[in-house]
Amino acid sequence: MNNYEILSKANIAPQVTRFEIYVPKIARKRQAGQFVIIRTWEGGERIPLTIADANPEKGTITLISQSVGKTTFELANMQVGQCLKDIAGPLGTPTHIEKLGTVVCIGGGVGTAPLYPITEAMKKAGNHIITILGARSKDLFILEKEMRNVSDEMIIATDDGSYGEKGFVTTALQKLIDDGRQIDQVIAIGPTIMMKMISLLTRDYNIPTVVSLNTIMIDGTGMCGGCRISINGAIKFVCVDGPEFDGHQVNWDEMLKRMGTYKKHECVALNQYKKHRYEVEVA
Amino acid sequence: MKTKERLQIPPVGMQQQAASERIHNQNEVPLGFTPEEARLEALRCLQCKNVPCIAGCPVGIDIPSFIGFIAEGNFQGAILKIKEKNVLPAVCGRVCPQEEQCQLPCTVGKILKTTEKSVSIGTLERFAADWERNSGSVSKPKIASKTGKRVAIVGGGPAGLTVAGDLIKLGHEVTVFEALHKAGGVLVYGIPEFRLPKKIVKNEVENLQSLGVEFKYNYVIGKIESIDELFQEYDSIFIGTGAGLPRFMGIEGENLLGVYSANEYLTRANLMRAFDFPNADTPILNVSRVATIGGGNVAMDSARTALRLGAEHSLIIYRRSEVEMPARNEEIEHAKDEGVEFHLLVNPIRIIGNEEGWVTGMEVIKMELGEPDASGRRRPVPIPGSEFIVDVDAVIVAIGNSPNPLVAKVTPELKVNRWGGIIVDEETGETSIKGVYAGGDIVLGAATVILAMGEGRRAAKAMHEYMMNEKTD
Repeated sequence: MNNYEILSKANIAPQVTRFEIYVPKIARKRQAGQFVIIRTWEGGERIPLTIADANPEKGTITLISQSVGKTTFELANMQVGQCLKDIAGPLGTPTHIEKLGTVVCIGGGVGTAPLYPITEAMKKAGNHIITILGARSKDLFILEKEMRNVSDEMIIATDDGSYGEKGFVTTALQKLIDDGRQIDQVIAIGPTIMMKMISLLTRDYNIPTVVSLNTIMIDGTGMCGGCRISINGAIKFVCVDGPEFDGHQVNWDEMLKRMGTYKKHECVALNQYKKHRYEVEVA
Repeated sequence: MKTKERLQIPPVGMQQQAASERIHNQNEVPLGFTPEEARLEALRCLQCKNVPCIAGCPVGIDIPSFIGFIAEGNFQGAILKIKEKNVLPAVCGRVCPQEEQCQLPCTVGKILKTTEKSVSIGTLERFAADWERNSGSVSKPKIASKTGKRVAIVGGGPAGLTVAGDLIKLGHEVTVFEALHKAGGVLVYGIPEFRLPKKIVKNEVENLQSLGVEFKYNYVIGKIESIDELFQEYDSIFIGTGAGLPRFMGIEGENLLGVYSANEYLTRANLMRAFDFPNADTPILNVSRVATIGGGNVAMDSARTALRLGAEHSLIIYRRSEVEMPARNEEIEHAKDEGVEFHLLVNPIRIIGNEEGWVTGMEVIKMELGEPDASGRRRPVPIPGSEFIVDVDAVIVAIGNSPNPLVAKVTPELKVNRWGGIIVDEETGETSIKGVYAGGDIVLGAATVILAMGEGRRAAKAMHEYMMNEKTD
């Protein structure tokens, strides 16, 4: 087996692909909360992907990628037996795992992928885990079974009510709070807007809230500063100071804007790639 | 040839790509000497007995000897002489600040009363290195018999590559652990193509590989392996992890869309080839008015890169005057020729953005020079009431970096100063951990390629002695 080789690949939701990749050193070293930087080809960009799981005996890590831009579409089109160009990691500061009591783990869409190893570690540390998973509709859930295995209670929420309770993850969390449940910590990972809404809610109740941020990065090793955000007014770097932060201290509006810096470029690159794929397939 | 005759030869200027042309391409600006030009320039060297130039070279190249060879037309002899002391001559010939080093004490310059008329040692070094590379047969230095000792080098930048070159020649096994996907450090992510073609760096790395140096890419030491773990396989370790997190000014608006650190801007353009987007995948903003804050070489590189990426106006905003600028004169001149607009004695107060968070301007204040500060340069003082707004749509902050935090963060026994720089013994480069050495920007903060190489050379010597005296258990 070659380093960075794709050993298995599965489509686990629309536009969401799970890869098992051979990279034994990272498989042995990685801890919950850490990520890798990958490239698909020689002219490729460096993108961060959270490590969803690892199998140290087999020497593999699991990456889950949602196809949204050129690189993630290209990754989804890679086949078993092919090798990624580069994988660097494990990067970022691992999650602080501690027995706190009751921990509510909230996953939105593909954010459930990075949430899973953290939930697993929190469960192992002896916490009572209440998991809330949310998505627009039923077919968009990932890792539901895995999350059930490491949770004491499980709440499912869909925007359209096609599965579980109708409503957002914030609705489900609000209900737990209203029911008077003791909550010692919330861990929320998902779309930036979801993490913002959760953080605004928990701030009112003084519930400590950890979020995991997925900003734009280049080197990912503390050199370029592209991933910077404002934490309580001070500049912090997601790649080395994070990716996890106190959700109550993040300047969410600034982060949301920064995430869109290259929107136009991303469209150009994706359209060119799709056109190229189409031409290849027609030929 | 008599001294008088030598002094009468006018300095041979190096041909350059015209400014109007070069701002539209990434090609190198100075074109180097032809063999005839090199021999003529070499004849200007007086072959001084007291060799002041060698004292000015951080790696101690035998400058009069190699120039003597060039004058004779023995270019092979010249490059071999240089390589006795310098593992990266094609790089140093281009990016060393020779006017502050070997060319500063040059007797020719002294007699002719200006460093500008010193022998062009750097250009001659570059010529010899380019001649060898273009000849297709690169001479391999002699490698001592195997010592059985193994060396780990953390970081494949100028310091690390120098240590690798020196220690492989002494018979040690050498592995370079590089965090990025390419070796060269600042030579590949920072210094632009038009100042240092990347094929030259690649070539230098391949030369080291052909001598037996092993390169491991995507290897982030401090994350994938600790210093302790490296010691299980290696006898001595060199840390040359270089520049780390960029510094910002702490003013309003620094996280607006369109504000870059110079590290990010240059990494996108150079390492990630964003100038070739969308053929390469990494984007960079194409904007028409770019302000670069700072007065060093990195600021010049950023401002000149902005022009090549299509900016109509590229501004340098510097709070002192041109005399205090840390950039090389050559770089300042190149930037001016290309149309970079210098706004001196001006300091940013805040960056202004629109509703969507995009940069639209920058408020600045005029400065005047006061008393000298700790650096010996006159301290800039704001002139009250002189604020004004500059229209820009991107800002590049080029005011320096702190040392890379990764290794020190997970190695508590490694002593660092309050800026995060690794503390080393000045004679040997040894850190607070026995057998672990460090050099380059991780020790110096932001310095130059050749100073990093000088530190690498010093550490390599000490590492060799350490390993050869080490008791085998």
